[in-house]
Amino acid sequence: MAEVLEVLLWRGGSNGRYQTYEVPRRANQTVLDVVTWVQRHLDATLSYRFACRVGMCGSCAMTVNGRPRWTCRTHVSKVAGGGRLTIGPIENLPVIKDLAVDMTAFFATWQAANGVFAPSATRAAPIARIAPENAARQAADAAIECINCAVCYAACDTVRWNPAYLGPAALNRAWTLLNDERDAGNAKRLAVIADDGGCYACHSHQSCQEHCPVGLNPTASIAGLKRRAMAAYLKGEIGS
Amino acid sequence: MNVRLYVWQRLTAAIMVPLALVHLIVIFFATRHGLSAAEILGRTRGSAAWAAFYGLFVAAIAVHVPIGLRTVLIEWTSLRRRHCDVAALAFGLLLAVTGLRAVAAVVLP
Repeated sequence: MAEVLEVLLWRGGSNGRYQTYEVPRRANQTVLDVVTWVQRHLDATLSYRFACRVGMCGSCAMTVNGRPRWTCRTHVSKVAGGGRLTIGPIENLPVIKDLAVDMTAFFATWQAANGVFAPSATRAAPIARIAPENAARQAADAAIECINCAVCYAACDTVRWNPAYLGPAALNRAWTLLNDERDAGNAKRLAVIADDGGCYACHSHQSCQEHCPVGLNPTASIAGLKRRAMAAYLKGEIGS
Repeated sequence: MNVRLYVWQRLTAAIMVPLALVHLIVIFFATRHGLSAAEILGRTRGSAAWAAFYGLFVAAIAVHVPIGLRTVLIEWTSLRRRHCDVAALAFGLLLAVTGLRAVAAVVLP
């Protein structure tokens, strides 16, 4: 194991450049540890984003040696072949400064996809009993653990090419709600995701499931949306 | 792509799969048996079956291709959405006109 890592960090906005730093190698060191070490010891002006450090909050996604990753759970030993790390902001979102991107467009897609639970009952109603073995519940459970890190959004070619595309995370969220029998917003939701920029814009490249740090498969969720939206269209439940 | 275009693209793809297979077999047959142009035209001219076969093939292509082309234009060019629609529609009409003209040339007596 090399004692010093050669670390290239993106500095500046979208017209910035990579700057090289030397960081001491440690056992069990994560990529986020490396970035934090640079900020604490070499350059306090380095901007980046993190919160929980344990893979829960979805704040610390960065491009590490060309791949979008959650840096708090990415060990340097897994990715720094030859003792060299290149760390940049995630793709497909505008860079604010250094490693921090503007997530506004990403979160806007969740709103656009009607990713908000629409209650079908009041708080006075008894709690809905959903059997865990229910097929729809299992489909929702398989997709529910998204941490909003935007790694899938950064990895998606269609997001890069088509500004109107809602992206894998928002569509995955829509799929979980579509399978939530307590939700009352599915007619409106289906109409949006069946339109231009919705699920049919997906080419099933599967970069989202390849890169998802929590092992979700948004491609499968989008495939489910395609089937459900087509069935609704053929039954005349939604227009085009 | 929206659900309406998706359904049309899948439907025309399903139509084209067997038609393309038969078309390839026809090409293989014609070249293996060394059929001349006159011999081929002798079989196709006045044939309602070949007219229907290739007429349907051209119609399916003229619907299927522009839908995909529209997506390519949206993703790979900086054209506005409306211009992508018009360009794809125009290309579909071109395919339909030239395709049906070619069908007419080999099936009309």
